[in-house]
Amino acid sequence: MAQVYGNDFGTPDQQPGRPQMPPGPADLDPETFVELLADEDRVEPRDDMPAAYRKTLVRQIAQHAHSEIIGMQPEGNWISRAPSLKRKAILMAKVQDEAGHGLYLYSAAETLGVDRADLIDQLHSGRQKYSSIFNYPTLTWADVGAIGWLVDGAAITNQVPLCRCSYGPYSRAMVRVCKEESFHQRQGFEILWTLSHGSPAQRAMAQDAVDRYWWPSLMMFGPPDDDSPNSAQSMAWGIKRFSNDDLRQRFVDMTVPQSEALGLTLPDPEIRWNDERGHYDFGTIDFTELFEVVKGNGPCNAERMAHKVKAHEDGAWVREAAAAYAAKHAVAEGAA
Amino acid sequence: MSTPPSPLWEVFIRARRGLNHVHAGSLHAADAETALRNARDVFTRRNEGVSIWVVPSSEITASSPDERDAFFDPAGDKVYRHPTFYDVPEGVEHL
Repeated sequence: MAQVYGNDFGTPDQQPGRPQMPPGPADLDPETFVELLADEDRVEPRDDMPAAYRKTLVRQIAQHAHSEIIGMQPEGNWISRAPSLKRKAILMAKVQDEAGHGLYLYSAAETLGVDRADLIDQLHSGRQKYSSIFNYPTLTWADVGAIGWLVDGAAITNQVPLCRCSYGPYSRAMVRVCKEESFHQRQGFEILWTLSHGSPAQRAMAQDAVDRYWWPSLMMFGPPDDDSPNSAQSMAWGIKRFSNDDLRQRFVDMTVPQSEALGLTLPDPEIRWNDERGHYDFGTIDFTELFEVVKGNGPCNAERMAHKVKAHEDGAWVREAAAAYAAKHAVAEGAA
Repeated sequence: MSTPPSPLWEVFIRARRGLNHVHAGSLHAADAETALRNARDVFTRRNEGVSIWVVPSSEITASSPDERDAFFDPAGDKVYRHPTFYDVPEGVEHL
């Protein structure tokens, strides 16, 4: 399974069986859960819920959390080389936000009865995934702009409806995340605006970044609706509110005019306004690339995981020192 | 013979589904179960809540009012954490 910032999908050979409708186990009071969903109400941690609903949420929230944490790497790559102190401070604030978002989401997952250390272990051992967009490299400073504008833009499009997700702790975490994300996309847009109004070389750098990040950003919404059996179940459960294709269209409709304002070209000659549909048409997405990246064959999969595992292992002494300090003071307080 | 003073409990109430538990107040009770029942009677007599948490007050670690300025200072000068810090060109929407 791959998780794209709260979008749950797998490669074609990993698809689950038919969608299972609630309720799940026989010992569940069907009235409660079904009625809650029917009333668009929230399910809270101590409520009865089908085991499959719980399992889906754990997987989705954990993978969303992993995405926030792994997502620190591509941008963190440019902190030491940001072009000014101002840009550096902003980038640090943004990467710091991603860490915080990961923590909100791990906490939300823990309300479902799982342990954070166990989730992190599942990430490290490859049993859980993160958004494949972070397996692309950040080759230039303009990539930081493209990530803010396109990747965060796509993430926000996906995450705003999750604020109304049926599971209370997840929806509340998403409210906080979306509120804090609001500066991320703007700072990315501003980076690209500055570059696209700079020297010819800066402009070319901005165009190159958009050329490389446009299609992977569209893939963040997951496979087409016809090829996304997970979606039907998630929509029935009120976890997902809009289909992959609807969200992707919404993102394209918002982004095309912004690209015109930037004076940059989106690398798709088929983009044009369709008066009849009231939407922008766009070209066919090559999903074989997405599934290759999900399977681990993206440009940076191995590097991202190696870095994450190393950071965790390198931090072991900090966790041990903190535990030893706490134990020492507990003894001192006990003696006093 | 006098009974030992009963401990203080902080009470958190979820007003309705979908909302966080929010601090409502505190009360004394001999144990957690009694605190929960008393909290129900004190704070939710008019259906103010659908869920209650009680936490021993002694278990709460609070930031010190004396150190408030120094404690929260680091966030004070980081205006770039707010979207309003960034210029959005005229006519650009959905940013």
